[in-house]
Amino acid sequence: MHHSQFKIAALIALASPLAMAQTPLTLDKVKASGSITVAYREASIPFSYLDDKAQPVGFGWEICGKIVDQVKKATGRADLKVQTQAVTSANRIPLLMNGTIDIECGSTTNNSERAKQVAFATNYFYTGTRFLVKSGSGVKSIEDLKGKTVVSTTGTTNYKIIRNLSEEKKLGIDLIGAKDHPESQLLVQTGRALAFGMDDILLYGLKASSANPADFAVVGEAIQVEPYAIMLRRDDPAFKKLVDDTLAGLIKSGDFDKLYKKWFQSPIPPKGINLSAPMSKELIDNMKALSDKPAT
Amino acid sequence: MHWEWQVFLQPTGGGQTYLRWLMSAWGWTLSVAACSLVVALLLGTLMGIVRTTPSRALVFLGNAWTELFRNIPLLVQVFLWYHVIPSLCTSLRALPSFVLVVLALGFFTSARISEQVKAGIQALPMGQRHAGLALGLTLAQTYRYVLLPMAFRIVIPPLTSEAMNIIKNSSVAFAVSIAELTMFALQAQEETARGIEIYLAVTGLYFISAFAVNRAALALESRVQVPGLLLGGK
Repeated sequence: MHHSQFKIAALIALASPLAMAQTPLTLDKVKASGSITVAYREASIPFSYLDDKAQPVGFGWEICGKIVDQVKKATGRADLKVQTQAVTSANRIPLLMNGTIDIECGSTTNNSERAKQVAFATNYFYTGTRFLVKSGSGVKSIEDLKGKTVVSTTGTTNYKIIRNLSEEKKLGIDLIGAKDHPESQLLVQTGRALAFGMDDILLYGLKASSANPADFAVVGEAIQVEPYAIMLRRDDPAFKKLVDDTLAGLIKSGDFDKLYKKWFQSPIPPKGINLSAPMSKELIDNMKALSDKPAT
Repeated sequence: MHWEWQVFLQPTGGGQTYLRWLMSAWGWTLSVAACSLVVALLLGTLMGIVRTTPSRALVFLGNAWTELFRNIPLLVQVFLWYHVIPSLCTSLRALPSFVLVVLALGFFTSARISEQVKAGIQALPMGQRHAGLALGLTLAQTYRYVLLPMAFRIVIPPLTSEAMNIIKNSSVAFAVSIAELTMFALQAQEETARGIEIYLAVTGLYFISAFAVNRAALALESRVQVPGLLLGGK
């Protein structure tokens, strides 16, 4: 009895350093291996996506590049090899946790559920539910949609958000569900729905890639705003500090503004569309606060 | 596997529970199917009959109708009704999407029913038609009193299949934003993260609906059976 208890205690004592060794601190790992693996998304426009030459580009991708420069300085390895790895919404967290990737600069929502598994740097983008309407519709806010037909895409949280808000505010919105985003946009275009409620950054993308972008407008106060942030492994304060400091430096020097203009307010590859998405109030505020607060 | 059937008792946040939403979605599915079936039976029977008349113009009309609606995929027809035709004919723009999908599904199925009714009439010996006409009945009377009563009895089994198909095909109404069962399944599984329970419930309701049609048709078939005549198997 005593013997076996001793065995268990010894096993625990042996196992704990092993468990820690499975997820080494990123900077130590990078220094030792001489390489860092940066994750990219294939189609998260304009955060991280493949251009016409199948190379990753985007707002987040460029910021990741700046972070890698700082990692080179911090580890004293100018010869650092940068490897790339495509990730999806479904596999990005497991691949980060098992060490396949070291950092992801994409369109990952920073929420408290995920914070149990991974860490997030300073929030670098905010998106919320807003409405795509035809230009000149006169719709300014959700109150203007009272008793009107509004469409959202089936299988999204935006559908639920609009339905529940309509109930809460007694707006009596006739909410219909379309099968995908282009279909929802078509319903607005043909006048079957007055507005299409969706994540605003997606609406800017749909508007920009439509035949005549001036026909549409994105209106309303953003409902249920959620932050996007760069994703790192948990319990790695040194690496998180390096990433946060890099972001703070970019914001202070004005390079962050330049990157924002380049990716959100100028023509971007591959088709040269301009998202024309102004910086949200929440992002402007966070460029002062530098918070990594998650969505609930 | 851990079941969480109580998910249906959760409020959606939109002033009802998921169960009530499921029932309302079932209601939409049954309404689309029932209205489409009425349209399909009326038009399909009419087109099936005219294809067996001596008039070449009527036969051509019936054939053209059948081939037109039989050879275009159902989903494409729904999109034509919903997006294309209203943009060509502005007076149709005011029609609710429910009416449009009933027309689309009804016309599509009418082509299939027309084929079956025609086959049912042609399955009867030519002598019946000739006998009716020789007795001095008009063509319409021959159809009404001699041919159709038997032809309909013959085609009850394939018509049952069509009625069951129309319940399953009513899921195309999702494409025109009607809040029926398929739409409910896609949205509710996203909201509740209990996809398996949601899909099983929806599958069960589709099955019950189609199976009820099957049983009702079987009861009708045995009730209208003419003893000793063809197909009088029992």
